Amino acid sequence: MTTEAATIGLTHGGSEDTGLGHRGPESKSIVVPYGFWLFVLSDMVLFSALFATYAALSNATDGGPTSNQLFDRNLVAIETIALLMSSFVCGLAMITAKRKNMAWTQIWLLVTGLLGAVFLFIELYEFAKMIGEGAPPQRSAFLSAFFTLVGCHGAHVTAGLLWIGTMMAQIWAKGFQEHIMRRLLCLSVFWHALDIIWVAIFTIVYLIGTLP
Amino acid sequence: MLGKLSWDAIPFHEPIPLITSLVVVLAGAAVAIWVWRKGWWPYLWHEYITSTDHKKIGIMYIALGLLMLVRGFADAIMMRAQQSMAIGASQGYLPPEHYNQIFSAHGTIMIFFVAMPLVIGFMNFVVPLQLGVRDVAFPTMNNVSFWLTGSGALLINISLVVGEFARTGWLGFPPLSEKEFSPGVGVDYYLVALQISGVGTLLTGVNFVTTILKIRAPGMSYLRMPVFCWTSLASNLLIIAAFPVLTVTLGLLMLDRYLDFHFFTNDGGGNSMLYMNLIWVWGHPEVYILILPAFGIFSEVAATFSGKPLFGYRSMVFATMFICIVSFMVWLHHFFTMGAGANINAIFGIASMIIGIPTGVKIYNWLFTMYGGRVRFTVPMHYLIGFMLTFILGGLTGVLLAIPPVDFVVHNTLFLVAHFHHVIIGGVVFGVMAGYTYWFPKAFGFTLHEGLGKAIFWCWFIGFHLAFMPLYVLGFWGATRRMQHIPDPTWAPWLNVALVGAVIIGVGIVLTVVQLLYSIKTRDQRMDVTGDPWDGRTLEWLTLSPPPHYNFAVLPDVHGEEAYWTRKQTAIKQDALIKEPDYQPIEMPLGTPVGVICAFFASVCGFAIIWHIWWLAILGLIGAFAVFVWYAWQDEHEHIIPVEEVRKNARERRRIRMEHLHTLSQST
Repeated sequence: MTTEAATIGLTHGGSEDTGLGHRGPESKSIVVPYGFWLFVLSDMVLFSALFATYAALSNATDGGPTSNQLFDRNLVAIETIALLMSSFVCGLAMITAKRKNMAWTQIWLLVTGLLGAVFLFIELYEFAKMIGEGAPPQRSAFLSAFFTLVGCHGAHVTAGLLWIGTMMAQIWAKGFQEHIMRRLLCLSVFWHALDIIWVAIFTIVYLIGTLP
Repeated sequence: MLGKLSWDAIPFHEPIPLITSLVVVLAGAAVAIWVWRKGWWPYLWHEYITSTDHKKIGIMYIALGLLMLVRGFADAIMMRAQQSMAIGASQGYLPPEHYNQIFSAHGTIMIFFVAMPLVIGFMNFVVPLQLGVRDVAFPTMNNVSFWLTGSGALLINISLVVGEFARTGWLGFPPLSEKEFSPGVGVDYYLVALQISGVGTLLTGVNFVTTILKIRAPGMSYLRMPVFCWTSLASNLLIIAAFPVLTVTLGLLMLDRYLDFHFFTNDGGGNSMLYMNLIWVWGHPEVYILILPAFGIFSEVAATFSGKPLFGYRSMVFATMFICIVSFMVWLHHFFTMGAGANINAIFGIASMIIGIPTGVKIYNWLFTMYGGRVRFTVPMHYLIGFMLTFILGGLTGVLLAIPPVDFVVHNTLFLVAHFHHVIIGGVVFGVMAGYTYWFPKAFGFTLHEGLGKAIFWCWFIGFHLAFMPLYVLGFWGATRRMQHIPDPTWAPWLNVALVGAVIIGVGIVLTVVQLLYSIKTRDQRMDVTGDPWDGRTLEWLTLSPPPHYNFAVLPDVHGEEAYWTRKQTAIKQDALIKEPDYQPIEMPLGTPVGVICAFFASVCGFAIIWHIWWLAILGLIGAFAVFVWYAWQDEHEHIIPVEEVRKNARERRRIRMEHLHTLSQST
């Protein structure tokens, strides 16, 4: 066990056995992220239902605009880069947090949030543009499914931004305590999971949707 | 300012809902005042409402479930009465729009606010005890889960007084549930209440999977866990995998209704069959979420009262996990008539029949557990035997329905209604009643009255068969479900028999209340001083009844499959307990009002969304977030129980247990 692992709470009491649980209850530093992982998995199930809906309705354009006419690959590429960069920076924030470096942790978390905000801004711009072009979600089942799937991801990013802000305040006020570090770990799991879902959206919605 | 809400929402011109709601409100107020006069509010607030103790939360869940059972049963008896009255020329006493609300409320309440709270209540109370630990993984979240469920139940009951309930059946199929055909607030009540309680259920799923996989007593490896823990695990895995789909499905319908989206509408390219697929991808696992814990309860009951280890423990575990997986591969059998084609129907029909095989394995296991055992015919054992008789028949009618051509003939008839009540009453309700009787002494320190318990069993058993067997007959004759008026007078005798059956079940429910009150009054005659009233085999019987907040002074060291039984037999043989362990101070979670406050904001926000009061909805959301941050800012979530207190309690328990074991060893 390295000292860094110790600082993020991996040695906080209890057993560290992640196997079959013969050795009694696990410590909080295992239980809490584990539970959060399960929640993230349930979130993935939620998105899978939205993906299924999108797949079933993607051709139900009701004579309205189709994906080929609406999506702009360049814009989405910038959006994607912003989000992936944001995840990378979130990783940097975790490393500096493990080293208990307050200034850099705050800076990297701020950059994480700003890149997330850039992503969100582009998404909202895209939505506004589509609504302006006569392609609001009320136009057809395809557009309903599109706005809901992508918008649900956007809502998750918004929640993530609120969370990042709250965490920054908490780290500032309380320092790198064990339970704060556990929350930071959960936040980074959440933020990376949003990336995974975005990659699926990027592929299934935007890339396939703009095939010639 | 108040959205769609106005004085018209209160049904002044409809006597039945008005009087019912008046009675409910007055009764609630009377109970609240009585509790206040007795000075019990501080006790309730600290020991139950804000408690993070899994046992207290379990008891609250079960109380909620039993309370809502009365509401759901009132709906049932009204429907049976209407169908017996409205035959031929008579129109009965319920107009169609009211009757439709009643059958929708009956189904919704019975599944979401009776069966779910009861099953989750037992998991809460029993699982940590059986695993030999002190609490669930996330005690505060557990309290939040309960109160969110309570919030959903509250909204459903508010719909009785303010506005109306859905008239679209318990699953709210579109396009009927779309704004075009259901413009009122009924469907919105349904959607919002289920969304709120659904979040609570999902959190429960996360909590219990984490608990069972990560928090167990030393030595409690997977294949030493009691079967109830296994079935709870399967059930909670299903919750995690299925409830998000329900959230999405209801969410999409809300988008259709509130923002004119086109998911399930007739126009704009919407596809209502998509809703059927999505809702049943949740809905079929849901029935296993309910029945698997009941199977677990029966496994515990069978082993305890046969005085034998459970027959085929490992096959029971494998059967449970097989059902857990295959339950996701059968959803299409709920709409064979959609027209998916012969091949798809055949695949889903076969999958549905295959799921009967592990269930059969379980039945044989229970039978062989009883075989050659010293069977004690207690109340839970009555339910076990009644369950096996009933459930096998119900399962067989299910296999019939799984044959697509047969399903084409009897789908949407009373045959189907009879089938699912057959398995839900015969399975879940009997299981819950068995568990209620079995674990009641563990929760409160005294047993329930045995004679009344048997009377309740016979009411349910006879009442069920009288109420639902006639529906099979009517179903074969082509009687469709959900009829407000019966056109064919020759059906009358069968419907009257069904009414008699429902009345007998009602007597059983009244007797349950009588049994509870009588047992409390005469509890001195049936005290459980030893903590082990049934000669049990699993760890919950190791500790006292009721257990201390921390359950076990020292976490038990588990050797072998039947942790407590092995320990008990060794102690009897040696006429001595294990050496007194080294006691330590215990860290336990503090109680917190965060669950109640969350549920308050959820209820306010939900009510505002139902009535389109947008400023209030936003206020509710901000309030909820503020509470969340406030809670996250607290540093102290635990308190320490000093070692002296632990030692004192543990020594007292050891003395009692020693006396008990001494008498046992002398009697054998």
